[in-house]
This record gives sequence, structure tokens and C-alpha cells, in this order.
Amino acid sequence: MANEQDKILDEVTGSEYKYGFVTEIETETIPKGLNEDVVRIISEKKGEPEWMLEFRLKAFRHWQTMEMPDWAHLNIPIIDYQGIIYYAAPKQKPSLNSLDEVDPILKETFDKLGIPLEEQKMLTGVAVDAVMDSTSVKTTFRETLAEQGIIFCSMSEAIREHPDLIKKYLASVVPVTDNFFTALNSAVFSDGSFCYIPKGVRCPMELSTYFRINASNTGQFERTLIVADDESYVSYLEGCTAPMRDENQLHAAVVEIVVHDNAEVKYSTVQNWYPGDKDGKGGIYNFVTKRGICKGKNSKISWTQVETGSAITWKYPSCILLGDNSYGEFYSVAVTNNHQQADTGSKMIHIGKNSRSRIVSKGISAGVSNNSYRGLVKVLKGADNARNFSQCDSLLLGDKCGAHTFPYLEVDNPSAIVEHEATTSKIGEDQIFYCNQRGLSTEDAVGLIINGYAKEVLNKLPMEFAVEAQKLLQISLEGSVG
Amino acid sequence: MSKTATLNIKDEMVNLYLNNLDLISEGSSSLMNHHREEAIQNFRILGIPTLKNEKYKYSKIESVFSNEYEKYFAPKHITFKVDDIFRCDIPELDTHLALVLNGFYMPNPNRLQVMENGVVIGSMIDAAAKYPHLFEKYYNAQAENGSDGLVALNTAFAQDGVFIYVPKGAVCTKPIQVINLLMAEENLLVQYRNLIIMEESSQANVLICDHSLSPKRFVSNVVTEIIVEANAQLEFVKMQNEHNDSTQLTHTYTKQERDSKLITNVLSLHGGFIRNNLYMQLAGEGADAHAYGLYLTDRTQHTDNYTFIDHAVPNCTSNELYKGILDEQATGAFNGRILVRRDAQKTQAYQSNNNLLLTPDAKIRTKPQLEIYADDVKCSHGATVGQIDYEALFYMRARGIGEREAKLLLMFGFTHEVVKQISIESLRERIDDMVNKRLRGELSRCHSCPMNCC
Amino acid sequence: MLVIKDLHAKINDKEILKGINLEVKPGEVHAIMGPNGSGKSTLASVLTGRELVEVTHGSVTFNGKNVLEMPAEIRSREGIFLSFQYPVEIPGVSMVNFMKAAVNEHRKYRNLEPLSASDFLKLLRERKELVEIDSALTNRSVNEGFSGGEKKKNEIFQMAMLEPKLSILDETDSGLDIDALRVVANGVNKLKTAENATIVITHYQRLLDYIVPDFVHILYNGRIVKSAGKELALELEEKGYDWIKNGN
Repeated sequence: MANEQDKILDEVTGSEYKYGFVTEIETETIPKGLNEDVVRIISEKKGEPEWMLEFRLKAFRHWQTMEMPDWAHLNIPIIDYQGIIYYAAPKQKPSLNSLDEVDPILKETFDKLGIPLEEQKMLTGVAVDAVMDSTSVKTTFRETLAEQGIIFCSMSEAIREHPDLIKKYLASVVPVTDNFFTALNSAVFSDGSFCYIPKGVRCPMELSTYFRINASNTGQFERTLIVADDESYVSYLEGCTAPMRDENQLHAAVVEIVVHDNAEVKYSTVQNWYPGDKDGKGGIYNFVTKRGICKGKNSKISWTQVETGSAITWKYPSCILLGDNSYGEFYSVAVTNNHQQADTGSKMIHIGKNSRSRIVSKGISAGVSNNSYRGLVKVLKGADNARNFSQCDSLLLGDKCGAHTFPYLEVDNPSAIVEHEATTSKIGEDQIFYCNQRGLSTEDAVGLIINGYAKEVLNKLPMEFAVEAQKLLQISLEGSVG
Repeated sequence: MSKTATLNIKDEMVNLYLNNLDLISEGSSSLMNHHREEAIQNFRILGIPTLKNEKYKYSKIESVFSNEYEKYFAPKHITFKVDDIFRCDIPELDTHLALVLNGFYMPNPNRLQVMENGVVIGSMIDAAAKYPHLFEKYYNAQAENGSDGLVALNTAFAQDGVFIYVPKGAVCTKPIQVINLLMAEENLLVQYRNLIIMEESSQANVLICDHSLSPKRFVSNVVTEIIVEANAQLEFVKMQNEHNDSTQLTHTYTKQERDSKLITNVLSLHGGFIRNNLYMQLAGEGADAHAYGLYLTDRTQHTDNYTFIDHAVPNCTSNELYKGILDEQATGAFNGRILVRRDAQKTQAYQSNNNLLLTPDAKIRTKPQLEIYADDVKCSHGATVGQIDYEALFYMRARGIGEREAKLLLMFGFTHEVVKQISIESLRERIDDMVNKRLRGELSRCHSCPMNCC
Repeated sequence: MLVIKDLHAKINDKEILKGINLEVKPGEVHAIMGPNGSGKSTLASVLTGRELVEVTHGSVTFNGKNVLEMPAEIRSREGIFLSFQYPVEIPGVSMVNFMKAAVNEHRKYRNLEPLSASDFLKLLRERKELVEIDSALTNRSVNEGFSGGEKKKNEIFQMAMLEPKLSILDETDSGLDIDALRVVANGVNKLKTAENATIVITHYQRLLDYIVPDFVHILYNGRIVKSAGKELALELEEKGYDWIKNGN
């Protein structure tokens, strides 16, 4: 079998990252490097009010006092923060009134990525905010959504048009000073999406943001804010890709979610940033802070992530369970292949009474990659009857990769029940043989088994995404049968 | 604790070392003295671990050192017979006994006993003189002087301790019991060193009992190195039973060769502040390691167990179970790391940590860790924090057992899962009994001590 | 002995028992039958004091004492025994220690001295023989790793140890093969006297071939909808629960 595996390995390690193309479009950039002037330029380009500039400057000043965190199980090369371009935007008219004004090249780019910007071509029931480099290119279905009072627009517009909401909620979940990357993001974030679901409204379609890095030498720093008012519901999707480049590019995003009484937010990510080539050259450094707060009673946040991309992933979508009876869940599949490194997991902070949480993490490591689950479950003193169950499984494909589990359980309440379980395994030869005997190739057998392994998480994704994610898993692991 | 205070402890220790180097060396052995210089240099760099050190995240070691302590560099002349104030409370247990007072081996009547089958039990100082080849090979071979300041501190200061040697093929039928006593009229910091060598195909049971006998503050910073050679078997049971003003910082290093078996059982029954580090290295194929631990804490006691099981070669098994009950304002921590190195295929490693919190003020931090670099392995870990199972409680009450009694029985059952792993029946029963008393609050002071000091 | 009057009870705000009336006298065997969800196990829970169930109305007296005010252990010491439908596994607690604690608590309640170790072991041996259970079971932790049949036999063994005045057998026959069923039923019959009483809660008529009831009650939707002699069980077996559900 070893021979056959080698053959398959040879055949498919050449398989290309299919989103690796570069769009030839004139891009407006500013000189590389970061200082207060750069922060001012970004703010000015966005046409921001004074308070926003102050917000950024404060963040920048704080960032200068901070050091990059080094506690993760990651080997991070030194990042030259002065070698990065902090603003790049495709050149086009600043305000878009109709689709005709979107540059055809951009339209074509998103078409190629499977994200048509014409509403009639779109998957029914998905509204998209398409972001390239530092700018939102187009937000679809805005008018339809506005009829129900739903605000869905780029962050830049939100700052201009809904300052009260932004002032109230921006950095209310993830403080500017939370960590090195949130401070950096707060200083230089360029765009992202804002979404507000008013009281009692069930958002009729999936909202989605598609992030695309195009320009070289640039970093992407987007900011997403979702607010679900009482009794509302929204399902939100996030996708991302980048061209294949030999250099590493930095992505440091912040996502904040606020959920009020009896409301629910479902946030799904399929993260497919360029992971670098099979020798570990290039790829995105993905340092993301995602956090939601279940502010109201009976509120609910659900994070689902399929992580297949990036050279380095550092990301812990979290829930602060403040409201009584609130519920947080985190479902994750993280795949690392070749030289990829991932340190990802979740934090569940139980503050409210009867708050419950669930963590299901499935790690898959192949090649010479390292894949770590890191999670914190913290039960504060007043969180009577808090419950958490965490299940973290690792699957190793090959004997050169690593799979690690680092849970932290901190419990200060005697009525809490917190349980963590983790297992590590590989695909059994008997399982593969069984499939072979039924006529499946080893490659197909592995795909089948992996999908079975990840099913619990994939099932949590909205249908359109699930299919894509399933394919992605298979592609990410091509050539890694072992 | 502020940075300056930490600095002061470090400087104080280094100065203490420099000012007393002659005394320290004189009261020890040249083979141990040989390692001091490098160790103090390491300590000078590392200092006392702070909370920023991920390994010591949940234990504030600095605060232990913020008190003033006396340090002895030679055994204090004592005017009493230890037998008069201390007797072992395990009546049916017939053991080879070794006594250590404040870190110095007590003659009994000699400082080194050699049994008929070649088994040696004695003081580190005398053993170093008599068996230099063993010392050269094994002393300070495992201790992590380069990464843990407390270990370096011990290597710099340790003068004596217990040496146990079981030669090739020897089977020690009687358990070897080491009783560590702390007794002084002033606050005292003791740092001693133990070495246990199990040669090929030998077998032994070692029981360590720690007691404090006077109402003073004590800090013990102890390093124990254990070598289990091919096919040898060792059961190592450590019972910590000191008063609330005592601190235990222990660092136990074990290394196992091919087809050896090692069982460690650390029972923290009582003590003010306990931090146990246990490093188990599986260095020979077919080695089997079992690590068990139990911690029972109340009042403001703190118990923190750090374990690191290192699967360095293929085909080894490890099994770890730590359980704890935390009452009143007690705090506890468990950090269990399992490392399966590249190519350590066919490893089987299991780890479990279960905790019961009894009051709203008790706290537990648990952090199991798996780090795996080989694919053909079976590894799992689990950690739970909870309360007493309601269903079981109701079942017992429905049989007429009162709530308090039912809870005690359930807690006893919870702890017995660890205690039952002890192979010597009389010891197991005795420890069951002590645990039972402890749970009932009848062991709130150092049990064997007639002095009623706290 | 046991008098239940207009008993209403709820679990998590859902009313399960909606007015139960029942009287059990010494020497009697009552069978309570009913479909799933009719409230059979809830009734057992109320009688033995599970805190999960909240009594909203009605009364239960046992030999003249108000049962509902007693904590679970006092009810046990008063002589009410429940053979659990799902006996609980308690790792680390040996059967011997468990039973010794229980027997001595019962004795203390009656102002008797605790049994000496040898007297206790003698009692243990006698009762094991009486109910024909495997000697090895008492050396293990409570119910831990027991098969379904072993668990149920262990319940009857505990009943023999504690000599209750009123035994409630909650679905004791479920999951038992015919041999185990016979052992369990024989145990119950041997322990039967003119002074004690038994309530058999069951789904099927099968167990009643072995433990012959004086009265059969059919519980449906939280109420006893029919009571008669042992022939009712046969009629029910023949006609099925639909007969009851259809309003007869």
C-alpha cells in the first residue's frame, strides 16, 4: 500500500490552490510602514469623522507599547511591521450607486471566485459584502434588507451613516487593548462589514462577507461588527481567499458580535487563505480575534469554522456568556497540511446563571504541519449551574505532523459541571482496506473517512457552504494519505 | 509580588550560597559539590518561577519565599529520640526504615545499610563516598537545572538526602519507607536530594512519608531522581501530610528503560502549599508508566500538580489518573502534559483528571495537554470538574443513608479509585483509613504528631 | 399502612400525577400497570422523595406519618424501599461498605446498636443465600460493571438486607431473562410476610405470574383509571393499552 500512497502523493501534491490568481487592476496604495501619519491617511481616505481618528490613534499608541504574543504553539518568523502596506484599494469611483459602476475587472474577479455580484445571478437568499484589500467593493441586497430595518453595509459606510450604533458597539466586545493584534487592527482597519438586526426581526437571508487579498505586500485588517437586538436572528457567513505569492502576507481581523435578549447569531467561516506552497513558501499569517457576547437572557451564539488555509492561524472565536440561560457553541474543523501551522480553539466565559456551552473541535494534520487546539472554559463564581462539554479530536495523516491539545479549565463555582475529552487517532488501515475492497480508491476512502470524521461540524454549516467546505477538505488533504 | 521582591529573593539566595559555600561543601560530598557552581549560575539566570512561566501559571511560588527562613548547613544536634515523638502509624507495615530530619539523614544506627541481597539504603553523603561510579553516572543526570530555577536552587544547596540502590535481579520484598520529618524552633527552608537506582530486573516498593512536627513555617524544595533499568519494577508512593504552614516544592524525575514498570502515587492529604512536579521519561521500548495522584484540600490550602510524561520511544504505555476534592477556600491545579515524540509509534497514553468542588469559594484550574508527533498512537485525555453525582446521592439516601454520610461515602469512593492502585494491602487499607478520616475532618492536623501544633 | 390521597405532582412545570388515590394494607401486593409516560415511575419517585418531583397537592401517609415531609433517607429508615428501575453505579464504593452503612443507619434509627463486623458479615451471607445472588457481587463496587440482571438481583438483595415494610419494585422485570426473572420473583416472595406490603410497577403481565397481586391498578395520564383483582392484568394483556386509551 505504501507504494500506492507514494504514487498518489506525487500525483496530487502538484494540485494548485485554485484561488491563487492575481487580478490585474490599478491599485491605489500608500507607502509601506506604520506611524501616526499612516493612521491619519487611512482615516482621511475613509472620510472618517474626528472621533474615529481618535479611536485609531489611541489604539496605535497603545499598540506601540505591546509585544507580539508568543504563548501559542507556533513558530512565527519575525514580522517586519514597517515592511507592510497598510492601505491598498482597487481604483474605482468611491461611491457605488448601481452595479454598473463596479469595475468589470473586479466583477470578473469575484465571478471567478464563485461570488457573482449581480443580484439576479446570486444564490438566492445570500446577501454579500465583497471586500478586496482595504475596501468594500459592493454590498448586494441592501435595499431588500433595509425594508425590514436590517442594516448591512461596509464598515466605512456604517461609520459615516450610523455613528451612534458604531460608537455604542465598536470595541465593546473586543477592547482595543485586548491583545497585540486587536490594537493593530483598531489602528489601521480599512473595511469590513457592519450588520444590525432590529428587534424581533428574523433576517430572511444569509448575510455574507467575502474577503479577498489581491495587492502584494499589503496586510488586510478588516473589522466586522454584528449586533442582534432582542428576539432577532441572523446567520452570517465569511469566506476568504488570496493569490499565491512567495511572500507572507498579514491578515489581522477583528470580529465582534453582540446578542441581546432571546436573540441568536450564527457565524460560519470557511477560511481558505493561501496556505503557502508545499515547501512552506508564502502564505497568509492569519491572526484573528473573534468574540461574541451573549448579553441578554436566553441569547445564543454559534461559531462554526472550517479552517483549511493560511500558513499560520492564530484564532480563538469566543463567547462571553453574560446573560442567564445563554448558550455558546463552537464547532471547528481545522486542517493543516505541508508546512501549515494552526493554533486555534475557543473560549467560553460563563458569567450568567444556567449558561451552557459546547465545543466540538476536529483537527486534521498532514504533511509536516502542526495543528493545535487551545481552549479556555472559565466558570465565574456567580455562574450557577453552568455546563460545558468539550470534545476535541485529532486525526494524524502521516508520521511527520503534529496534533496537540491544550485545554484550560478554570472553575470557581461548585454547581458547575465542566467536562473535556480529547482523543488522537489515525485512519485505520482496516478502514481503508474495507473501502478498497468495496472498490474505492485509497484517496477516495480517505476523503470519505475524513468527511465522516468532520461531519458533526460540517452539518452545522448552511447548506451552500457545507458542500463547498466538503470539497475544500478533500482538496486541502490531497496527497497526504498516510 | 513585585519585580524587585523577586530580584531580592534571587540575590538573597545567591549571596547565601556564596557566603556559605564552604559550609555547604564541607557538609556534603565532593560528587555533589561538583554540580553546585553551574547550578547557582543557572539559578542566577532563572530565579524563582513567576506566574508568567506557563508551567507555574497557577502557583505563586514567589509568595512562599517572601517569608524569612533559617537554613541549616549541617544537621542540628538534637536532644531527643525521634522514636519518642514520632511513630509510624501503619502498624502492620514491616518496612526498611529510613529517617530524614530537616533534610539530613538520621543514623539508624548507621548512615548506610547494606542488606543481604545487596540492597543499599542510606544517606546521600555516605553513598557518594562508597559508590562514586553510581553517582557519576546518575546524580544530576535528569534534573532540569537549565530550565527550572527551583531545581537549580536545589542542586546548588542540597547536601544530603536518601539513597536507595537495588542491584541487578534483587527483589526487595519488604517495602522501603522513608520518613521525612521537619522539626525546628524557627522557620526553616530545607533542600535535599534523593536518588533511587533500580538496576536491571530488580523490584522494590518505596514509600515516602512527609511530616511536620513543630508549629513553624517550613519550605521543602526537594529533587528526587529515579532510574528504572530494563525489566525492573518500582512502586513509588509519596504521602504528603504536613501542617498548614508548610510548603512542599517537589521535583521528581524518573527514567525508564526497556520493559520496565513504574507506578507513582502521590497522595497530598494535608499541607499548606504543595507544588509537585513529576517528569516521567519512557526511554526504553515496552516501558510502562502509571502516574496516580490524589489531593484533598480545605481551608486556604493550595495544591498544584504538574506532570510531564515523555514518550521518547515506540511501544510504551502510560496511564495517568489524578483526582482532587476541594473544600472551603482551597485552590487546586492540575497540569498534565503528555508528549509523544516523533517516531514513538504504537504509544498508548491515557490521562484523566477529575475534581470535586464542595463550596462556592473553592477553585480549580485544570490543564491537560497532549502533544503528539507520531500517527500510530492511541492517546486520550479527559478532565472534569463537577459536584457530587445527584443520582448516586439519591440512591444512597433511598437506602437510608443520611445525606452527610452518603456524601462522605461518595467522596471516599471517588478517592478510592486512586488509593486502590497501591499494591501493598496493609498500606492501602491504612491510606484508605487516613483518607476517610481526612474527609471526615478528623485529620485536620498532622496526624502522627503528638504536639497539637495547629 | 400507605394512604395516598388526591396526589398531584409535577416535574419541571409539567403535571405528571393528576390526582392519585391508593391505599395499601399490610400483607397486600398491589400491581400498578400503565403505558409509557403514564406516571408510574413518577409515583415511585414521589413516594421515595426524589427532589426532582414537586408535589403540588394531596397527601401521602405511611403508618400515620406524613411521608412528604420526610427526606429520602428517613423514608427508607421508616421502611419504604425502592427497587430502582435504573440502579446507579457508584465507582469506588464497595457493596459491603455501602450495605454496612445502610444497615447501621437503619438500626440507629430504631435505637439499636450497630452490628459488629462478624454479625454483619453473617447477615450478608444469609441474605445472599436467601436471594440466590452471586457471592462475588458484594465484593465489587456498587453496581459498577454489573449486567442488567445482576443490577436487579442486587436490588432484591438490598431489599433482603433492609427488610422494608413497603417495597416498591419499579420495572424490576425490565431487561431480565426468564431465569433472572424467576430469581428476582422468588426473592420477593420469600421476603413476603403478613406484615409487609409490596407495590409492583410493571409494564407487562409476565412478572405477575410470579408475584401474584391482590389488586391491579391501571395508571393512565396521571390517574388510576381502573382497579380490580389480578384478573385485570390478564384482561389488559389481552386487550392492550389501547383499550384503556380509548376511554374504557
